[in-house]
Amino acid sequence: MPLLKNGKPVDDVWAFVEDGNELSPGGCFTVSLSRFLSEHDMLLGRNEAVGVRLEPADDPALLAEHLDRLHLIEVAFPKYTDGRGYSIANLLRRRLGYAGELRAVGQVLRDQLNFMVRTGFDAVVLNGDDAEEAYRDATAYFSEVYQASADERETVFQKRHKKKTSQKVA
Amino acid sequence: MYRYDEFDDTLVRERAKQFRGQVARRLAGELKEEHFKPLRLQNGVYLQLHAYMLRIAIPYGQLSPVKLRKLAMIAERYDKNYGHFTTRQNIQFNWIKLADVPEVLEHLADVEMHAIQTSGNCIRNVTSDHLAGANADEIEDPRPWCEIIRQWSTFHPEFAFLPRKFKIAVTAAGADRAAVRVHDIGLHMKRNAAGETGFEVLVGGGLGRTPYLGVTIRDWVSRQDLLSYLEANMRVYNRHGRRDNKYKARIKILVNELGPDEYRRQVDEEFANQNAWEKVVLPQEEVDRITAYFAPPLFEALPGRSEDFEKAKRLDHGLARWARNNLRAHKIAGYTSVHISLKPQGVPPGDCSADQMRAVADIAERYGLDDVRVAHEQDLVLAHVKLDDVPTVYAALKAAGLASSNAGLGSDLIACPGLDYCNLANARSISVANEIQAIFADPGYEDEVGTLHVNISGCINACGHHHVGHIGVLGVDKKGEEFYQILLGGRADEKAAIGDIQGPGLRHEEVAPAIRRMIERYMSLRASKSEKFIDALARLGQAPFKEALYAAA
Repeated sequence: MPLLKNGKPVDDVWAFVEDGNELSPGGCFTVSLSRFLSEHDMLLGRNEAVGVRLEPADDPALLAEHLDRLHLIEVAFPKYTDGRGYSIANLLRRRLGYAGELRAVGQVLRDQLNFMVRTGFDAVVLNGDDAEEAYRDATAYFSEVYQASADERETVFQKRHKKKTSQKVA
Repeated sequence: MYRYDEFDDTLVRERAKQFRGQVARRLAGELKEEHFKPLRLQNGVYLQLHAYMLRIAIPYGQLSPVKLRKLAMIAERYDKNYGHFTTRQNIQFNWIKLADVPEVLEHLADVEMHAIQTSGNCIRNVTSDHLAGANADEIEDPRPWCEIIRQWSTFHPEFAFLPRKFKIAVTAAGADRAAVRVHDIGLHMKRNAAGETGFEVLVGGGLGRTPYLGVTIRDWVSRQDLLSYLEANMRVYNRHGRRDNKYKARIKILVNELGPDEYRRQVDEEFANQNAWEKVVLPQEEVDRITAYFAPPLFEALPGRSEDFEKAKRLDHGLARWARNNLRAHKIAGYTSVHISLKPQGVPPGDCSADQMRAVADIAERYGLDDVRVAHEQDLVLAHVKLDDVPTVYAALKAAGLASSNAGLGSDLIACPGLDYCNLANARSISVANEIQAIFADPGYEDEVGTLHVNISGCINACGHHHVGHIGVLGVDKKGEEFYQILLGGRADEKAAIGDIQGPGLRHEEVAPAIRRMIERYMSLRASKSEKFIDALARLGQAPFKEALYAAA
């Protein structure tokens, strides 16, 4: 199960610690939102990087004041049909300005990757030996987009407008 | 009519290519059905009782001769020479092979069509008034906004895995021919005191197991704010709509569980919190560009009355009857809109053969300014026809078996495919529909009965809109036997209402006689010939009709 960051395999140095389990002294950990909210002073005071794992029902706005100190936010997709994670991602990126790593975990299928990248995920844990190639294909299917989103691609609506202007100049 | 530019064209072609890859992975066994299912659904591919079914979008019901001919070719080459028009302005092919679907999508792309998001838990095909741009009753043509919504919703990255399907309809007329009150979001264009046009936003309508009419969440949303406000609604629904039970997952349940006021508060809060860069505002030039495609065609200056047409009607009673029932008033003098009924006696409602599609294409090309629409009643419409040409159009339709004179009448009923095709259905719909149609086999009797909407669904999912028929018929399964419940008093127009179930279900063979008895009761009780069935029902209450329904000898 390779971790891909911006489509490239990288070593995963992070581990999720279940609520109630101790954090060992070294290492990078993610914890649940509720644990983070109740223990954030201690967690952010550690020398190691800390992150949060959001479940689909979690409200990312609760992290607003801590976002610049978080190195990783994981968004769980317990089922690929549960699309709440896309709204969480767009909220984190576009509403709250989170700039750290945003990682999709759980049931991540290659056919979701286009939507994930578009809503601001830059890391995914993807099944399969051909994960890197699958990622490249899945995110390259569509060369145009109608919606502005966290990936900040230029939309068709903008391009048409621009094209007209440049045609006039020409 | 809107024409794709290179961007729109690129996207539908890339979609076909993407699906070709997905189908290849499925056929090679690399992709499990479980994971393929949402992909095929978002391309309109259902697994039905006997075969795969492909549902193709006809955004806001707009067709052209070129598109119709392509659909006819697909019907012949990949299906059994016919297609089925649906209540949401789609066309379905019932016998498509999965391996052929990518090729069909490529053919569709050639004529600026697609099957994107015609199924699955995403924003579906946007629908509208089939007389848009032709009727005198609208404040402006709603189709540019439908096209804008189509583009905005196509592959929307945040809303591809909603709790449940999501349907949007738009109308700009006083008379609601798009059933906006039974859509997840209904948009009703209106004009404010300053003379600007904007949108009343109704949310939470829908049929299915728990029917609701949409409630007005905002009385006024400006054109500038429309897409941003839609995004706010979609996000509140995506985050908070129920996902624990698919029968409680539509937005209507969220609106009702929260209450409209709390729902409105949440949407307003989300809308207010949008940063400037989150707003979805199209450049005015872009709105103008899309609107320009819907500029009225060049109409000729004609007298309001056509002497040729009047004379032809005097000579041909068949034409006169058809014209009385199937023509709709047009905003331009000397023109009319022609309702082509796809409900002849004894045929599955909404079915249309390849030859008939070509015939309509030819007629539209010669006499209809290239403009064909699909109506949510599962009929076709020629939006712009000269009164002078009506006799010729009638003759051509008649030659194609398309001149049923029953638009809006008892035999012009809505029915889902039912147990003959659908793996959700509990009971047959088509055979019941045909038996009800037979009540009206005598044209004189059908005219005498007048306006009557009969809607039939083969199961509780309500694809045949049984809740909003003046008379609704719902097929249920009782210990392996088909039974049919009868509803009364529904309507889908601007006075939308959900019908009431009358009582115990009837056996298949009892349905048509029972409906006939209710119609006889109506004829004996109506205040005058001009009092419609639905109006008599409102005046008299349902009791006398229910009594007739169960008054079997």
